[in-house]
Amino acid sequence: MTGAPTAIYLDHQATTPVDPRVLDAMLPWFSETFGNAHSEQHAWGRQAAEAVDAAREQVARLIGAEAREIVCTSGATESNNLAIKGATRFALRHGRGRHIVTLASEHKCVLEACAAMEDEGAEVTVLPVGADGLADVQTIVEAIRDDTVLVSVMAVNNEIGVVQPLAEIGTLCRERGVLFHADAAQATGKIALDVDAMKIDLLSISGHKVYAPKGIGALYVRRRPRARLLAEISGGGQERGMRSGTLPVPLVVALGEAAEVAGEGLAREGENLAALRARMLARLQDSLDGVFVNGSMERRVPGNLNVGFTGVNAETLMADVPELAISTGSACTSASVEPSYVLKALGLSDADAGASVRIGFGRFTTENEVDAAAEMIVRAVQEQRAGGSARAAE
Amino acid sequence: VDIYLDHNATTPVLPQVAAAMADALARTGNPSSVHRFGRLVRRSVDEARESVAALAGVSAANVVFTSGGSEANNLALRGVADRAFVSAVEHASVLDAVPDADVIPVDGNGVVDRAALKEILAGLDGTAVVSVMLANNETGVIQPVAEIAEIVHAAGALFHCDAIQAAGKRPVDMRDLGADLMSLSAHKFGGPQGIGALVVRDGLDPEPLIRGGGQERRRRAGTENVPGIVGFGVAAQHEQDAANDYSAKLTGLRDDMERRLLAAAPDAVIHGAGVERLANTSCIGLPGVSGEIQVMTLDLAGVAVSAGSACSSGKVTPSHVLSAMGRDDEAARSAVRVSLGAETKAEQIDRFVEVWSDMARRRDTGAHSRRSVA
Repeated sequence: MTGAPTAIYLDHQATTPVDPRVLDAMLPWFSETFGNAHSEQHAWGRQAAEAVDAAREQVARLIGAEAREIVCTSGATESNNLAIKGATRFALRHGRGRHIVTLASEHKCVLEACAAMEDEGAEVTVLPVGADGLADVQTIVEAIRDDTVLVSVMAVNNEIGVVQPLAEIGTLCRERGVLFHADAAQATGKIALDVDAMKIDLLSISGHKVYAPKGIGALYVRRRPRARLLAEISGGGQERGMRSGTLPVPLVVALGEAAEVAGEGLAREGENLAALRARMLARLQDSLDGVFVNGSMERRVPGNLNVGFTGVNAETLMADVPELAISTGSACTSASVEPSYVLKALGLSDADAGASVRIGFGRFTTENEVDAAAEMIVRAVQEQRAGGSARAAE
Repeated sequence: VDIYLDHNATTPVLPQVAAAMADALARTGNPSSVHRFGRLVRRSVDEARESVAALAGVSAANVVFTSGGSEANNLALRGVADRAFVSAVEHASVLDAVPDADVIPVDGNGVVDRAALKEILAGLDGTAVVSVMLANNETGVIQPVAEIAEIVHAAGALFHCDAIQAAGKRPVDMRDLGADLMSLSAHKFGGPQGIGALVVRDGLDPEPLIRGGGQERRRRAGTENVPGIVGFGVAAQHEQDAANDYSAKLTGLRDDMERRLLAAAPDAVIHGAGVERLANTSCIGLPGVSGEIQVMTLDLAGVAVSAGSACSSGKVTPSHVLSAMGRDDEAARSAVRVSLGAETKAEQIDRFVEVWSDMARRRDTGAHSRRSVA
């Protein structure tokens, strides 16, 4: 085995480990009590279907929804595609509008899904965000038109962790009769969400960002007033016609358990993560000059820190700390050498965007790990700056 | 005591698959991440892709992982051509993938009518994809796909083969089948639910259904289902070794079962029995007793079978497969699907035959007509 276990994992916005409680809940469903949840005519199928129902209930409870409003998907990317394309296609087909409003800092899959709708006749308004990464509710008000179908705003940004003003946007959308979709992949189980209080019509959930495995997610689809979607995957008509395909029972069970575990520990875990983050930031700022935080620090999930080191190349920094897993942006685009479009949307220069890293703390992160990681980063930044000035002096 | 004879709906995960997945579930990392956690899980995805590619007789680059067979079928039918032609006995995820697909008829055994296919495709202009499954999920009937592929290619169309029920039960080498696209699903042969693949030949680039990050060579966005992919890979590896034993063992068991059922109820019908079928599948009609009643009766006795495919179970409609084979509504409603698995034992078949025969006898004494009224 390569030495991953001794390394420190601080990339919890890319993916999280599977919680042992989640693992225990899901494992029996692979072989001991396996079944196709749609084979409700026999005991195996009914058993699987009951497990799926219970899990749906657990997921619904975390966001203040009803179980029958939860559509299981393969993950948040599929949920976002289904929400945006499904709602827009339904509107296009029935002549109920053709305009989408979203933000420049959304996840790539939201922006790509919107772009795909442009090819099918929709129009998309991509709004800027402020230097703090937050959406300006007034610009959303102004962007909504008579033919607007949907406003899609992420609950929590995947790179900078800022929490958008969901309730305000939701209230506004409801007043204007526009659907409100929130990509909550980074928010579910991290901040309190209530689809009724926040007037959210569609909400995307990811399993592997909340200590369940990869390959499972969900889309909340409001029943009253009803959000209507055209399916992306057709066939057996599962998930009330919105998403065909055999449900992966162990994964659905895992998502349910993960939702329950996250809901129970939400406040306590938030405090822990905030303390770990404060510890990291203090260590960095105490030892280094030119440390800047990207995005609002006040309106931010506790597990996220996006921090830049003036004059430093973040790619080089990451390569210099091979024992530490941090990232320079979203994992989906991490092979790209372009500076983060999210940081650019905040108005950062290429140099500052390229000097920034995302540090993501998680449920099992310890103070010792934070201290060790801070030390590694400080040393690497100091060495890079020293090397850089030595080269400049030559 | 419980007997599971519904392997075409889903199968238990193989022990070696469960072990590999448990390892994968214990590893943290997003395969798109460049750090070592990411690279480590990326390697396990690459290895599994090789195994699935080997099962399909293609290169790793030809395998696009999806969330399962339904997604693979939708991607194949929507992503490559303007028009779609589908056989009448296809799975719902093929039939419904494109709303205005043309339907190719089948004969009384459920085999695609090649003369009709030629006629339908004559004078074809524009791009088209023709979808015919390798093995039917309800009857197990095998299609002459190599011959169908020739007809399709001669007409200038692409050929998609849904090999979801066939994989693990017989060879699914995409080149031998003559397919340009082929769908697979892991949970039908000892892999986990929630993972499948569309195998795409070189030079074809399906328009993605799910957009976002650049995963799967930009053909399917979303963080890879790493444990699922790992499990799929192990199942593929195992099935490549085991497919021959599987057929030899199950054909004997199944044929013997059918002989005994027909002896107990001489008017029973084995749908598709006139042609080559999957070794594990039997679609049995018992005139006068609805499929629903048969499944319920068997369920009460601890035996799991199904009436039609799992996806549409719950709906009380006659099987579209049997209807396409020319059966009347009554016949299409009175069939059950029995699907054996590698772990099925002769004693389990004995018990099923006993319960079923008893049910047939009670039909003859009128017990079931009273029950269906009540």
